[in-house]
Amino acid sequence: MNSDCVAGLAGVSKKFGKTVALDGLDLEVRRGELFAVLGPNGAGKSTAISIMLGLRSPDQGSVQMFGESPRRVEARRQVGVMMQEVALAPELRVREQIDLAASYYPDPLTVDAVLEITHTTPLRDRPYGKLSAGQKRQAQFAVAVCGRPKLLFLDEPTVGLDIQAREMMWGVLRRLVEQGASIVLTTHYLEEAEALADRVAVLARGRLIACGTVSEIRGHIVQKHISCSTTLPVHEVESWPGVESVTCSQLKMHIRANNAEDVVRRLLAADEALEGLEVRRAGLSEAFAELTQETPQ
Amino acid sequence: MNATAIEIPGSRAATNRAMPIGRVLNAYFTEAKYETVRMLRTPAFGIPFLSLPVALYLLFAVLLFGSALRADHKSAVFTFTAFDVFGVMGPGLFGFGAVVAMEREQGLLALKRALPMPPAAYLTAKLIMAMMFGVIVTATMIAAALTLGHLPLSAAQCTSLTVVNILGTLPFCALGLFIGTRTSGKAAPAIANIIYLAMIYLSGIMFPMPKSMAAMAVIWPAHHLDQLAFRVLGNPSEGAAWVHVAVLAGVTLLFTALSIRRLARVG
Repeated sequence: MNSDCVAGLAGVSKKFGKTVALDGLDLEVRRGELFAVLGPNGAGKSTAISIMLGLRSPDQGSVQMFGESPRRVEARRQVGVMMQEVALAPELRVREQIDLAASYYPDPLTVDAVLEITHTTPLRDRPYGKLSAGQKRQAQFAVAVCGRPKLLFLDEPTVGLDIQAREMMWGVLRRLVEQGASIVLTTHYLEEAEALADRVAVLARGRLIACGTVSEIRGHIVQKHISCSTTLPVHEVESWPGVESVTCSQLKMHIRANNAEDVVRRLLAADEALEGLEVRRAGLSEAFAELTQETPQ
Repeated sequence: MNATAIEIPGSRAATNRAMPIGRVLNAYFTEAKYETVRMLRTPAFGIPFLSLPVALYLLFAVLLFGSALRADHKSAVFTFTAFDVFGVMGPGLFGFGAVVAMEREQGLLALKRALPMPPAAYLTAKLIMAMMFGVIVTATMIAAALTLGHLPLSAAQCTSLTVVNILGTLPFCALGLFIGTRTSGKAAPAIANIIYLAMIYLSGIMFPMPKSMAAMAVIWPAHHLDQLAFRVLGNPSEGAAWVHVAVLAGVTLLFTALSIRRLARVG
């Protein structure tokens, strides 16, 4: 493994009954990066994270966190965790939740510092059970960062957050990474991975089907999107070489093309009145959709 | 926003692994403190377990049969130990049984296992909570017995009874933990209740068992704790004290071991 690797799975397989959750999965989280793990439901993201955290044992393969087993409390003292499905003690106030989690770490931030950083000061004395879904996620985030973690696991951290709270959390994550922390993020929001991630791993059916920077993942597909206002008939454009598909909406034609430059040249030649031309690279969501669809059953 | 407040300086992060013993003890203390705070803030848990034993004792030993028990010391002690043991059983069985099952189901236990919580802090905190509830129950029971119950108890007897009750929470905590690690959050309170009620009636702590059933009473830890409490208050127990201690210790070890094995394997 890379010497910069702070946590990782090597050849990990896991079955639940006859269902294969992970099938020889390799993952490597590097120092100071935000690593997004993407995949459709049932891809094995949660199982992979729970094995990385030491909550489950792999059937085969190995797992390490800072060079040792994640089951060792010494390794976990450098880790913060925000899980997707967790209910913190409803009777405890937010400051008490942070105080409790901070007690597990050798050198935590103060409760007030955590509240300030995570913009949860207004929630300080509110019982966790009385918070809204989004506020609960913010409190869980505060618990995750209170111990100055070098490695932070965040499972769908922004589900239920409003746009402002999400932007705030993104800002904190960017600053944590700038200061050398590594973050493992699972998310359904591809724009979140696109906005934050240094590297992305795409899982499908328990296997790693792509891993790299966002632009590397996008590079897996060569298609570009062209849109314009034109009077050309759809069936004519569909018949051109390099055109994958054509749709129309709101007086605009949308073309997916492998060879965008040639298609644009032909569009301009064929329709002198054409206007509103836009050409866009495929986003992470298109790449993700294509990658996960291509995976053999 | 304070840009420096979130710093994770390399020099400090490098020392993250080492945890001074003082901070480890603080983690245990903090976990136990908040576990007790939680239970005290849950009236559905705190009120029945703290008030019911003494309320029932006052009802039976003072209001209903007060004059008869004043003339019959042995029966007065029997009634007292019955509600005393009843009070010790609840926090352990339910504090572990229902609460552990619920926290497993809601992912809180998994989160704590993923965080660097000291390995034994979770169970120790619940144990201390159950013991503190046991101390409060013992104190209120002793106060009720000395004032309204007219049951003479020496300082030595009160102290010994408190010690017996504190240690007596252990087997019920272990049984509760076993329930909590094997059942769902919805099933656990029902199962804990069935065992709780069966033990109250079949262990012979509330009323003398007919001879045909008396032999069965010994399978319940409540019977053995009751006998120890009976002995501490100056009455002869059925069977030797060491047998009662051995049974209670055995129940504690067996169910704790089974539960910890399960928690390590399944969570």
